[in-house]
Amino acid sequence: MKALEITGLKKVYKGGVEAVKGLDLSVEEGDFFALLGPNGAGKSTTIGVISSLVNKTQGKVEVFGYDIDTQLELAKSQLGLVPQEFNFNQFESVIQIVINQAGYYGIERNLAKERAEKYLRQLDLWDKRNEKSRHLSGGMKRRLMIARALVHHPKILILDEPTAGVDIELRRSMWTFLQDLNKEGVTIILTTHYLEEAEMLCRNIAIIDKGIIVENTSMKQLLKKIEKETFVLDLPANSEVSGLNGFEYRMIDDHTIEVDVAKKQSINSIFAQLSEQGIDVLSMRNKSNRLEELFVGLVNQNQQKPGAIS
Amino acid sequence: MNMRVNWVALKTLYVKECARYLRIWVQTLVPPVITMSLYFVIFGNLIGSRVGEMGGFSYMEFIVPGLIMMAVITNSYANVASSFYSTKFQRNVEELLVAPVPNYIIVLGYMGGGVSRGVMVGIMVTIISMFFVDIQIHNIAVIISMVLLTSMLFSLGGLINAIFANSFDDISIIPTFVLTPLTYLGGVFYSMSLLPEFWQNVSKINPIIYMVNAFRYGFLGVSDISLFNAFGIVSLFVVILFSIALTLINKGVGLRS
Repeated sequence: MKALEITGLKKVYKGGVEAVKGLDLSVEEGDFFALLGPNGAGKSTTIGVISSLVNKTQGKVEVFGYDIDTQLELAKSQLGLVPQEFNFNQFESVIQIVINQAGYYGIERNLAKERAEKYLRQLDLWDKRNEKSRHLSGGMKRRLMIARALVHHPKILILDEPTAGVDIELRRSMWTFLQDLNKEGVTIILTTHYLEEAEMLCRNIAIIDKGIIVENTSMKQLLKKIEKETFVLDLPANSEVSGLNGFEYRMIDDHTIEVDVAKKQSINSIFAQLSEQGIDVLSMRNKSNRLEELFVGLVNQNQQKPGAIS
Repeated sequence: MNMRVNWVALKTLYVKECARYLRIWVQTLVPPVITMSLYFVIFGNLIGSRVGEMGGFSYMEFIVPGLIMMAVITNSYANVASSFYSTKFQRNVEELLVAPVPNYIIVLGYMGGGVSRGVMVGIMVTIISMFFVDIQIHNIAVIISMVLLTSMLFSLGGLINAIFANSFDDISIIPTFVLTPLTYLGGVFYSMSLLPEFWQNVSKINPIIYMVNAFRYGFLGVSDISLFNAFGIVSLFVVILFSIALTLINKGVGLRS
């Protein structure tokens, strides 16, 4: 079953800004889906329409088969939203925020308390349950929004940049939490600027730019499109590389070299040639996330299309 | 969505609204009590003793129902205007908008909070007034029904104000420039019969005059206006403002882009 089906979605804001221009998108039940795009691409507007915070201009949106035009309340009850901006009451306690949200979904107070405890414990916020939400750190506030979005057991969870401004340790624990949630059957749609995050978590991906989908495929298929990767090799100090046959390379300084490796080339050949020159490779890493290179390429292609606004 | 789900949502919103004004009781409950106590002392006791009788009652007895009603009106209005606008300002209104809460439940929930604060302040002011005058009750049903209708009406007014408001200034303009003059000219401090005929007729376009007079009838058994007209007009205004508030929220005015 389709968890989300969007057809011909258009959104024109007052003043004529066309944020979404006929967007089609389909997400299968149980998927872990990435919605990527540069700032102002139309991601948050699309999420706003799905969660009925933004009125659409045209098009059709169905959440688990429920049309938001005719069965809005049923569509809403399938959905949990973690927005980009903190939007809870700064003067209420953590537990009260979660319990109240459950109440809006018709969950009786006793059950709401049980569920609030479950999610606050899972997200490591139980000790802070009686704190006013404004006293939480940025990471805690993000986790509070996740707990709030889950309290009614949604079948689809939409997270709009959930790890923005979150430290690495916490980000990784949030990834594990989301992966476990997805294994339990919750469909997850994620927008993020951390492409490593999308690559690690998501099975399918759509790239949106200037209000249209420029790529919609599985993560595996997308990564196959990568023509070359750039590796950074750390060498001993004062290394002099006399050449690398078949490879383009750049010396960054006397102990660092960048090498472009095409899809069908073997990196063993680099090690062999350096070894012949008496140079040891101390360590090696990707210059940037490989999805990032692809993403930038796709967005640049779209920018160069006729009619694109620079 | 079934009725049980809606009932739980309404209960949640109502309890949250009541918890809000009780949490900040120093800002919400204490000031009206102090203000009204000053009115009782200054207008009722000090000046009132020189005014003499009004409508066959001592001046203090005459103004007590009006002052209670004034407190109910301003507090019902202020509660919803301030709470709903803060909710918009902090964007936590989105908690309600993403949930399957029908819009009429949102209107009822906020109205319930405003009525609750209005009635609570009304009761507190009534208790204070007992230190100054022997309260008599002519018709308790009229008192209760008129105070409920009035607080519903002004809660809805506060909600509509907050829906349109784009800044905190916007929620103080209507109370300052519309509500206060209408209340002071709404027969709280004087009987309409003191006015020339022309101004009596002009006063009849002020809805507050109907509420104050009907409420005064509940205490003293006298009114410048027919009870039937008073209940009819106030009920009609409640229905109209409820419909306006619901339509605005349905359209997402000030809430959805």
